Amino acid sequence: MGEPVLSVDGLSVRFDRKGGALTAVDGLSFDISAGETLAIVGESGCGKSLTALALLGLVAAPGRIEGRSVKLQGRDILGLEGEALRRLRGNRIAMIFQEPMTALNPVLTIGEQIIEAITAHEDISHQKARDRAVSLLDRVRISDPGRRVNDYPHHLSGGMRQRVMIAIALACNPALLVADEPTTALDVTIQSQILELLDQIKRESGTAILLITHDLGVVSEYSDRVLVMYAGRKVEERTTRDLLKSPLHPYTGGLIAARPGRHHVNGLRTRLSEIPGMVPSLAEMPHGCGFATRCSFVVGACRIARPPLIPVGADGAVACLRIEEVRASEHAAARCDAY
Amino acid sequence: MHQNTQPLVATHIEPLLTVNDLVVRFASSRGTVHAVDGVSLSIKPGETLGLVGESGCGKSTLGRAIARLVEPQSGSVRLGGVDLTRLTRSGMRPYRRDIQVVFQDPLASLDPRCTVGMLIGEPLRIHGIGDRRQRRDRIADLLSKVGLSADSADRYPHQFSGGQRQRIGIARALALDPRLIILDEPVSALDVSVQAQILNLLVDLQSKLGVAYLFISHDLSVVEYVSDRVAVMYLGRIVETSTREKLWSSPVHPYTRALFDSIPRIDTGDLGRQRHMLRGDLPSSYNPPEGCHFHTRCPRAEESCAVESPVLRTVADSHVAACHFA
Repeated sequence: MGEPVLSVDGLSVRFDRKGGALTAVDGLSFDISAGETLAIVGESGCGKSLTALALLGLVAAPGRIEGRSVKLQGRDILGLEGEALRRLRGNRIAMIFQEPMTALNPVLTIGEQIIEAITAHEDISHQKARDRAVSLLDRVRISDPGRRVNDYPHHLSGGMRQRVMIAIALACNPALLVADEPTTALDVTIQSQILELLDQIKRESGTAILLITHDLGVVSEYSDRVLVMYAGRKVEERTTRDLLKSPLHPYTGGLIAARPGRHHVNGLRTRLSEIPGMVPSLAEMPHGCGFATRCSFVVGACRIARPPLIPVGADGAVACLRIEEVRASEHAAARCDAY
Repeated sequence: MHQNTQPLVATHIEPLLTVNDLVVRFASSRGTVHAVDGVSLSIKPGETLGLVGESGCGKSTLGRAIARLVEPQSGSVRLGGVDLTRLTRSGMRPYRRDIQVVFQDPLASLDPRCTVGMLIGEPLRIHGIGDRRQRRDRIADLLSKVGLSADSADRYPHQFSGGQRQRIGIARALALDPRLIILDEPVSALDVSVQAQILNLLVDLQSKLGVAYLFISHDLSVVEYVSDRVAVMYLGRIVETSTREKLWSSPVHPYTRALFDSIPRIDTGDLGRQRHMLRGDLPSSYNPPEGCHFHTRCPRAEESCAVESPVLRTVADSHVAACHFA
């Protein structure tokens, strides 16, 4: 599969403050190929949304983006500023957000907003841009696009607004689409429509998709590979199938097991497995493994140094010293199948 | 204090709560919303009834109307034989302790200027239960019941994490030994690892205290986990009610089936799942479709569905559905 569309090497986001900087994203590296969906999962505060924002240079002071390189189609975009950054956003990389109502301009018609996205990057006539806007609305399956193009965002439902956001994102045929919790604000019947649409776009035009989500069900059905983040760091990266079938990092296993579903055996409810405690705050991050305070596999060594990423399988990696023990315990206990 | 002396496993016990043909409307400049459009349901002592549906279906309004936080237009809410909707404000007061509510966002429902001890003790004070010392002991007891340390009483809500705040909300709801707690999306704002802690706590408390839950949520897997029976709501009406097992093994209403089909699952083996996705959006509750509210999105709809509103019919033992084809 040739050169990746996106290749991130050692990306960090730090926030300067009195008493030393806080590291919210800590040395993250990953690749995404054309026509592939990489999901980044993790709980609130793990740095997954910040990673997405950092790719587009959208981290404001006191936040700082650092890293070795962020290559988009071979070109390093890390540290781009001003006009060069503007030309990149919405053109080669596009982003859709969780809440389409706050991302859309309420006083412009949706047509005007799509046209704006096109003409910001291409020198074409208004009429041609408008025609393209109508065909984009058709592409995101908004019915009667010739009429809808004149609607204002408040005329539309949440699901329709997210379709408009996707139309704007697709306006310049981006190589990479970053979707940050694109369906979290939507009802479940609408969520599946939007996720199917993104999947279709990926298949039709080979767009690479970075899908930020907290929902392992979404990961399971709509991603090819998964990167699990905990406290700003990558703890596991595998193909979706492998990760869900045999999670190797204790945190990944804990996340999967904590999901309710099929917990009734002969009509009796079995207890949900919990991950004890909570995520340590960035200011009180332990020295070694960030998960050591909550981990049932923890040993002394985990608390001393940050565990390195160990390669597993063809292109997976896990940051845990206790993989063999995790594997052994998994074989011992027949894991109950989650949803 | 109330005692739940009823056996929890008896089959034909009197319901604790019976809601009959309840209607809640809101008038606004845009018209009238039929938030709750003739809902009937019942909850037995110590039982959990799950109430699922998408945003705007009226599930939260129904919960609030049962606790009489909003006034219904018609219908009845009977708690142990007394119709709460006919009581005056002061007449309602003794029954308020029987029904308590836990909301989705604990930070919004806990006064930031009060210590946790004051928040949990407030219902006791209002209902004149115990003296100062007894109340302090009771607060400590409630904190330990929900898994918080005793010194939490002197701290403020903002000093706690989301999951801990929800524990505070639950402790407060338990203060008066209610017979029914209405849990309105109690874990929706929480991360999955913390969600599991709160769900386990709710299940443990119910088995210890025998309290009944009305568990309102949009999340089907959470509802499946906690519920004994489940009611599915669409645009102000209940479309299907059954036991958890039956609803999950053999849903009959097309909307229930579509909901199940829409949930993304962790299915490592079965990747070729056939999905029946719903077309279109939820219609506006200002102007719900005539006949069956669901007919505009229903894959099975026929002409009669647009005219005739289906009533809830028994399709199997303890399984009702409102569909002409069920």
